[in-house]
Amino acid sequence: MKKKAFSSVMTLALAGGLILGGCSSSTGSSGDEKASSGDKTVVKMMHLWPEGSSNAQYTIVDDIINAYEKEHPDVDIQTEILGNEQYKEKIKVLSASNELPDVGITWAAGYMKPFVDGKMFAPLDDIAKEDNFVAGTLDAFSVDEKPYAVPLELNITPVYYNKEIFEKYNLEAPKTYDEFLNVVETLADNKVTPITLGNKDRWTGSMWYMYLADRIGGPEALNNAINRSGSFEDPALVQAAEEIEKLVKMNAFVKGYNGLSNDEAKGYFMNEQAAMYMMATWELPNYTTTPDVSQEFKDKVGYFKFPTYEGGKGDIDSYVGGPGVGLFVSEQSKVKDEAKEFVSYLVEEWGKRSVVDAGVIPATVVDTSNGELHPMYIDILNDLGNATNLTLYADVQMSASVADVHLNQIQALFGGQTTPEKFAKTQEEALAAEK
Amino acid sequence: MKNVMSNKYVIALYTLPALLLILTLIYIPIALSGYYGLMDWDGIGEMTFIGLDNYITLVQDKMFWTSTYHSFLLAIFSTASLLLYLVISLVLASKIKGSDLLRKIYLIPMLLSSVAIAQLWMKIFDPTNGMANKLLEMFGVENTPIWLADPEIALYAIFIPIIWQFAGFYILIYYAALKNVPDEIIEAAKIDGASSFQIAYKIKLPLISGIFKVTIMLAVVGSLKYFDLIYVMTGGGPNGASEVMASYMYKEAFKLNNFGYGSAIGFGLLVIALFMTWLISKLTKSKDDVQF
Repeated sequence: MKKKAFSSVMTLALAGGLILGGCSSSTGSSGDEKASSGDKTVVKMMHLWPEGSSNAQYTIVDDIINAYEKEHPDVDIQTEILGNEQYKEKIKVLSASNELPDVGITWAAGYMKPFVDGKMFAPLDDIAKEDNFVAGTLDAFSVDEKPYAVPLELNITPVYYNKEIFEKYNLEAPKTYDEFLNVVETLADNKVTPITLGNKDRWTGSMWYMYLADRIGGPEALNNAINRSGSFEDPALVQAAEEIEKLVKMNAFVKGYNGLSNDEAKGYFMNEQAAMYMMATWELPNYTTTPDVSQEFKDKVGYFKFPTYEGGKGDIDSYVGGPGVGLFVSEQSKVKDEAKEFVSYLVEEWGKRSVVDAGVIPATVVDTSNGELHPMYIDILNDLGNATNLTLYADVQMSASVADVHLNQIQALFGGQTTPEKFAKTQEEALAAEK
Repeated sequence: MKNVMSNKYVIALYTLPALLLILTLIYIPIALSGYYGLMDWDGIGEMTFIGLDNYITLVQDKMFWTSTYHSFLLAIFSTASLLLYLVISLVLASKIKGSDLLRKIYLIPMLLSSVAIAQLWMKIFDPTNGMANKLLEMFGVENTPIWLADPEIALYAIFIPIIWQFAGFYILIYYAALKNVPDEIIEAAKIDGASSFQIAYKIKLPLISGIFKVTIMLAVVGSLKYFDLIYVMTGGGPNGASEVMASYMYKEAFKLNNFGYGSAIGFGLLVIALFMTWLISKLTKSKDDVQF
């Protein structure tokens, strides 16, 4: 009997652990000296830039909070900081129990929608002004034309490459897809890993697919398939899948990419074991400002835009990307006005500091004329200014369950477990079933 | 004193705190998760009652049965590896040189957290720079496997660290049980001319058979609900190739916002685990457990 009780305890530990696990993740709080808040108004904030792993962002937020508290002596901002994954889990648990922090961080579109539908986020139309932000970024955080969060970051996705490796094999940054294939082939023939890719995370592979879809079918092809005015079985989308198959057969990607996380894959690039790495501009600090990375390596890194495809409809200034995270104010918050005021302050200050201090591209409009910006930033910011289109990451556009089908199909496509036709068909069925 | 302890009210009073704890922390959550299984709920908004829909979907869900199959594979592997642990403990318990040191070495994995073990083995399995493939290359293997990225072998690759992880635990249990076998019996057997193999097979093993049953139960139920290494190392991928029941439940509930369905999976897992517990205790029931 004891055994049975014991085993059911063990079984249940799982179910219980699932729910409790979210609450017990490590928490840190900034500024211990603020413990005595007296009769100040307390605004609770949760963010996802721990001091250790996202130092640049952490410092900016911390500075802004300190400045804000100085200007508003009656307000006390209390922060709770979690890593990315724990953050996502905890926020769900908190919202299930109606205990969201006054200010927190959310992702755009599909991720945000359940929260808005559940009336968890306060509409921010009174503080978010369209013209302060790069066109389109606020839209990603809007439901029915009303913004429910204000964007902090904006990302486009270039291909970073190791100039030294390219020089060694007499290669140049490719402008057309044929040149790109040539680069891949040359590197593969010389036993250099052409591209590192951490496709265990799946959205990484999705970006490669999205670019090919964009260059072949133009920006509408994929978007239309997702918003149901088109189909995923569009020939251009199938052709993009065929190109992925081809790249896989050419050994374009690092060995075992389907089992590597993005961080592991990044290691290959940082250790100069792979020549190319496609990742959004949130990686820029590693190649420009981060003190942990050697200058020698930083100097070797260049970037190029995803090449154009011969006969394709997309042009080179069209990007995969989109706003990263944004700030929300909880609808349930008892200090909503203070929270909103703080959010608008934070966004504005963030815009001023993030490029210079952190090397993060803000969603607010940036003035590049002053300050000593790293040349790579200026280039990227200029590219951004000339962008003809920004396609939001596919998995963010879709609902969670359809995104899961998409991401699984991406992994299967990269792993050679499906055909381009089946790849398109499965996603078309999932998208069609949704509506 | 005897009177007090046999007083029914006293018994009730004394068991009450523990009972309350178990009820609120264990049985009520079980009931709740069964109840959530009846809901369509994204974990954030309103719950909608949908009756048995989730459970009906569950029974027809191919992925659920695939993950159940994977969990059972793990259970079979873990149970089989009990034999290995037993052999090691038999060797360690017979007074060989350095058995003390060896015992400690086997115990070390137990001291590491699962996440650390996962990180460690992910490095070992790294297809280009990992130790596993470097070793294979040394022996002249050219097409080294891609381990966690290959759907054919990812699941089995994860079994290796799991079996390694629990070695210390089971060896410790067996070792303690073997040490409890009275020396006199073994001496007597030796005098009667039994070989050490005979002593192990005919005396030691029967004497610890009760422990063996417990460990089978632990291994099977533990495997069915196993989660952490798999979650960290592959997240159930690539493409569900290493998905087990618990990781599937987690994914549905937390990644896909299907809390209702996730709860239904959790309940299914509970039912399966309870059934297996019952089955094992039936199968291993023997009338004469040895007493000494």
